[in-house]
Formats: sequence, C-alpha cells, structure tokens
Amino acid sequence: MSKATAQKSKGTPGQIRSARIERTGAIVISAVALIWILANIIKSPEQFAQVAVLGLRNGLLYALIALGYTLVYGIIELINFAHGDLFMLGTIFSSYFLTVWLKQDKSGPSGWLAFALCLLAVMVLGAIVNVLIERLAYRRLRNAPRLAPLITAVGMSFLLNFIGLKWNGSTPRQWPTVIPSFEVSIFGVKISWVTIILFFIGIPLLLGLNYIVNRTKQGKAMRATAQDKDAAALMGINVNKTIAFTFAIGGAMAGAAGLFYQQAIGTTNFNLGFQLGLIAFTSAVLGGIGNLWGAVVGALLIGLIQGLNDGLPIALGQQWSQSVVFAILIIILVFKPAGLLGKVTTEKV
Amino acid sequence: MLLFGIYQFLLPWEGLPGGIYDAIYLWIPPAAINESLVYVIMALGLNIVVGYAGLLDLGYVAFWAIGGYCAGWFMSEFFFFLNVHFLGSVTADRPGIHINFWLVLLIGGFICALFGILIGAPTLRLKSDYLALVTLGFGEIIPQIFFNGEDFFGYNISNGTKGIVIVDPLPVGVKNLGPFDFGWKLLIFILLAALMVFISLRLRSGRLGRAWLAIREDELAASMMGVPLMRTKLASYAVGAFAGGVGGVAFATHVNGVYAERFNFTISIFLLAMVVLGGMGNVWGVILGAFILSWVNGNGLTAFGTFYNEKFGTSIDFASFTFLLFGLVLILMMLFKREGLIPESRLKLMLHEEELDKEVADGKERA
Repeated sequence: MSKATAQKSKGTPGQIRSARIERTGAIVISAVALIWILANIIKSPEQFAQVAVLGLRNGLLYALIALGYTLVYGIIELINFAHGDLFMLGTIFSSYFLTVWLKQDKSGPSGWLAFALCLLAVMVLGAIVNVLIERLAYRRLRNAPRLAPLITAVGMSFLLNFIGLKWNGSTPRQWPTVIPSFEVSIFGVKISWVTIILFFIGIPLLLGLNYIVNRTKQGKAMRATAQDKDAAALMGINVNKTIAFTFAIGGAMAGAAGLFYQQAIGTTNFNLGFQLGLIAFTSAVLGGIGNLWGAVVGALLIGLIQGLNDGLPIALGQQWSQSVVFAILIIILVFKPAGLLGKVTTEKV
Repeated sequence: MLLFGIYQFLLPWEGLPGGIYDAIYLWIPPAAINESLVYVIMALGLNIVVGYAGLLDLGYVAFWAIGGYCAGWFMSEFFFFLNVHFLGSVTADRPGIHINFWLVLLIGGFICALFGILIGAPTLRLKSDYLALVTLGFGEIIPQIFFNGEDFFGYNISNGTKGIVIVDPLPVGVKNLGPFDFGWKLLIFILLAALMVFISLRLRSGRLGRAWLAIREDELAASMMGVPLMRTKLASYAVGAFAGGVGGVAFATHVNGVYAERFNFTISIFLLAMVVLGGMGNVWGVILGAFILSWVNGNGLTAFGTFYNEKFGTSIDFASFTFLLFGLVLILMMLFKREGLIPESRLKLMLHEEELDKEVADGKERA
C-alpha cells in the first residue's frame, strides 16, 4: 500500500514528463545565459561590472514598481495597467516639486532636505492617486467578469498618460539632480553617488514593506484577503479598507520609484509608464506574481538582463531590449506561468 | 444579410468626385471616410477575436503591420534585385515584385492568418489577464522587428524607419487608380468592408460562431459540451488576423507607403475602444463605433477645435486630447454601459452576470 501511494504522489505520466521538460528547459536556458555572461566577462571585465551595476540599479527601480503590480494582483487578481503610469506621474511630480516649486537644482544641505521632503510627498501622492483610482474605477467592477476591469485598467492607463502628456509636454524633458554627482571607484568600476543613495534608500523601503506585510495586523489582513476574500470578510476583516490599503502602499512604492528615476536618469517622458510598466510587470511575473520576494528577485534579474543586453559588446543591442523583455514575458507565461518562486494553482470550477 | 452589405454602397455615393460642398469637406473629407473604412475593416476583425470569442487581444496592430508590409513587399520596388510580375499594373521593365492588388489583398490576408495562428498557439491555455499580456507582447515585438528591420541579422526586410513607398496604382478594369483617386478608392474600401461584414455575419450564424460565443461565456463549460477549444480559438485568431491583413494592405494603399513608426500600441487600444464603444460582438455596433472614433480622432477633433476656438476665442489644442478620449471611452463604457452602444443580446447577459445572479438570489423573477 505504501509503495502504491508513493507511486501516486509522483504524479501522472504526463505531469512527470512535463516536469522533466521544464527542468531540461531551465538547464538549457541557464547554460546559455551562463555562457553568454562568461563570454562577456572574458572579453571586457570592467565593462561587464559597470553595466551590471547599472542593471542592478535599474532592477531596484523595477522592483519598487513591480511590488505594486504583484500586491494588487495578489489581492484582487487584476493587472493594474495604470500602475506604470502612476510611476510616470511620480517622476513628473518630483521633477516639478524639486526644480520648480522648491527651486533646488544643485546639491547641498537644502538639496538633501528637499529630496527627503519630495520623497515623502511623492509617496503620499502615489498612495492617494492609487486609492482614488481603485475607488472610482475598480471597486464597482470587482465582481464583474474579468474582461471589464481589464479594459477599465487599460483605459485608466490612457487617462494617466494624458495627464502626463498635458503636464510634461509631448517631448522628454531634462531635469537637474539634487544629488551630488561624485563617482566612487571600487575595483575600477565607477559607481555614481546616485546609485549608492538609491540603494541606501531603496533597500530599507523594501525591507519596510516586507515588515508591513509580514508582521503587522494590516499585513495579515492583506494576506488573508488575497487568499480568500469572502472568508476574510467572515473573519471580520474590512475588505474594502484592506484593498484600499494595498493600493495605497503599492502607489507609494511607485511614487518613490518615480523620484529615484527622476534623480538617477533625469528625464521625464509621458510615455515612460508604458515602457517601464511592462518591464516591471514582466519582473513580477518572472518572480511569481503574488509573491513579494519573487517580484524583487524577478526585477533584479530583468534589470540585469536588460542592462547587460544594452551595454555589452556581445549582445543584441539597445534597440532589441524591449523585444527581449517581451520575449521573456511570453516564454514565462506560456511555459511557467507560476514564475520562479510562485506556486502552481489549479483552476477552481 | 447580404442586402445590408449592398446598402453600404449606396450610402456615401456623394463621396464620388462631383458635388461636394465646403462644409462637408471640412467635417468629412473623403480621405477621412476612406481612413474610417480601413478602421472599420480592422475593427471588424478585432470584433471577431474580442467580441465573438471573448479573447482580449491587445496586440492587433501586429497584423496591421504585417499586412502593410506585405503590400510593401509585393507592390513596390523594394526588392529591386528581383523582377517578378504577375498581373501587375506597372510595365514589365520596372524592378521589384509587382503583383495585382487584389491578389496582394488575399496574400496579405493569408499571411496574416498564418501569423495569427502562430501568435494564438501559445496563448491557448492562458487566462484572460495573461492572454492580454502575451498578445500585447507580440503586438510590440513584431512592429519592433519591422522598426529595426534595416539590419535584421544582415537582411533588410523593412527599410527601418524610412519605410517602403508603394508606387503601384490599383488596377480596376481598364483604369488604374493613383493615390489621390479618393472617390473610386472609397468604393473599393466599401466593397472590402462589406465583404468583412458578410464574413462576420455568416460565421456568426454558423457552427463556428456559436462555438465562439460559447467560449466567450464559459470556456470550461464549452469544452465539456464538446466545443474543440483549440481549433475554435485558433480559428478566431486566424479570421481576425485575415481582416487585419486586408485592412493593412488597404491602409498601405491609402497612404501610399508603410512607415514603421506608425505601428504602436495606441492603435491596438484605439481599435479596442471602437469595439467596446460600439458593442462587443455586434457587427453594426462595431461599424458605428469605428466610424465615430476614427472620425473624431482623425478629423473631428481638429474641426471641432477650429470651430470652438473661432467661437470662443480660445486656443486649446484639441487634437492632443486623443489619449483622454480613448481612456474615458474605455472607462466610462465599462462602468456604465458594458455592452456598448448597440449591445448584442447575449453579451448583455454575460457581462452583467453577477447582478442578474444577485437578482435571482434575491427572489426577483428573471424573464
């Protein structure tokens, strides 16, 4: 009897075969990636390290945005297309806040103060806008068949695009940064102060989010609602408030990412939300949607891949970067929709 | 049903050169009608994928691009090192591939249908959210391939951003239509649109159409009832892509060229807005939606802008409000009238499922 059940627990022949295919596929892809990386390292190590650092910095930005996507999807199973555009609004807001309203365009003690203020302000803005979007557009459609909220999200994304277009103009704009532009040299790799600051602020943000989700009561409510909305309501959790809270922290993260992007890269463009939003969503899916650490891991990976692809000598080059990211998205969704760290869920009838 | 298609011929007969008043010219120039008709063709194709089969396709612009480039490859001097002529409309000593326009329509349509099947094949198992994203991904990758196509592993397949200029006039019997013969082209486009309407309506009332509606409402139940999911979904992609290809070729002849930067995500959303506005699954609604939105986008906003600015002395740039328009159309339609302007009867039931269930649960009678 024990042998029979042990046999059964391995799965049907079809499942075993597909698991094997999955494993070989993963090994092949990892091998190809490793060979590519090694080839580039051998060819020019400093460039590789340089590009890798840049890629990781981008990955941090994507992680902040991807967290918003994955939180919202985990809780109401909706891909919030408008999230990337929220990030874009964050960049424009922080650019105006720092340069136009507070008139800070070089570094110094007042620059640091303005930066801190802006961080708070843009996070609050992101939270408020996201909660508003949820309240106005998504709440009514919570029980509707999936097509409706999806289309609404796309429409909302366009609406935010329009706001960005009117605010920023149709061409990209350059903004000065308040972070001093020194460069630190570690092992021959030049890392700018901006990157270091970003890591110093970004990582605590991520850890703070982790703390909120895993150790506070609100976080518990979030996880419960994500697991089963009705049961959570039966347990006394205010589902509407919890969902609003989720949107709020997702929006805050996107706002912070907006400020970082504006400081690190210095341009604002109304089209930014679409490009970066898709990349961030790919990261969330790569890591396993609904899984917070998955989003971070996925984002760092994608940032790295994109950076390597852009900058390395043996690579496809910048004009193919978007296609590469999309191709990754498609391959993951088709072959391993659960992502790297996600769980496979069976569809309930 | 076919009578309705013929009716379209008679409607804009005024579009023929000969008595056009200035006011009509400002508000509905013939070029805009032609463009609207091309959008109608494409929207009908998207209607099959989104409206009939319920598969949210956000990458429809890829088919447009492929259709356009088919026209570019087969009707211009792009492949100047070849010299293929097949019922073409230029003299035989011009270089390049020149195939008859009608044949190119068919060829473009079938190539697109092939790509539709290719694109649709990986999406068969996906839920609606992921499906939207994968189609979006393809809708971005394919235009980007054309955009970078000047140096695609050594071959020039698309001339990159410079685009391909189509020099062939369209052969219609004894006359050859140049780029500015809007009146006659109008008739051709109406013919194409009527063809698409005919195809849509015929398929809808046949086995395939019923299978599509079944999939739209509940995939699992449909497969339990014996609807072959894979074949039906692929068929919807194929037919939709065929329409996209035909529309792409038509549009390429309308603007006389294929330019890579025109193919972006906005157009996919534009078409989706037309389908949503008009009524997903209802052919006439989609035609109405297509006409309204393409007119507003192309001409109406600027005409309205000049009118408004003259009257009130302001200088608002109305033409840039397109994003706002599309976004609001999608959001408001979803919030308030999910079925669209001319709803399709079964769609109404499906999209308001949860409210109707609640009514039954509350004890209300449902007719």
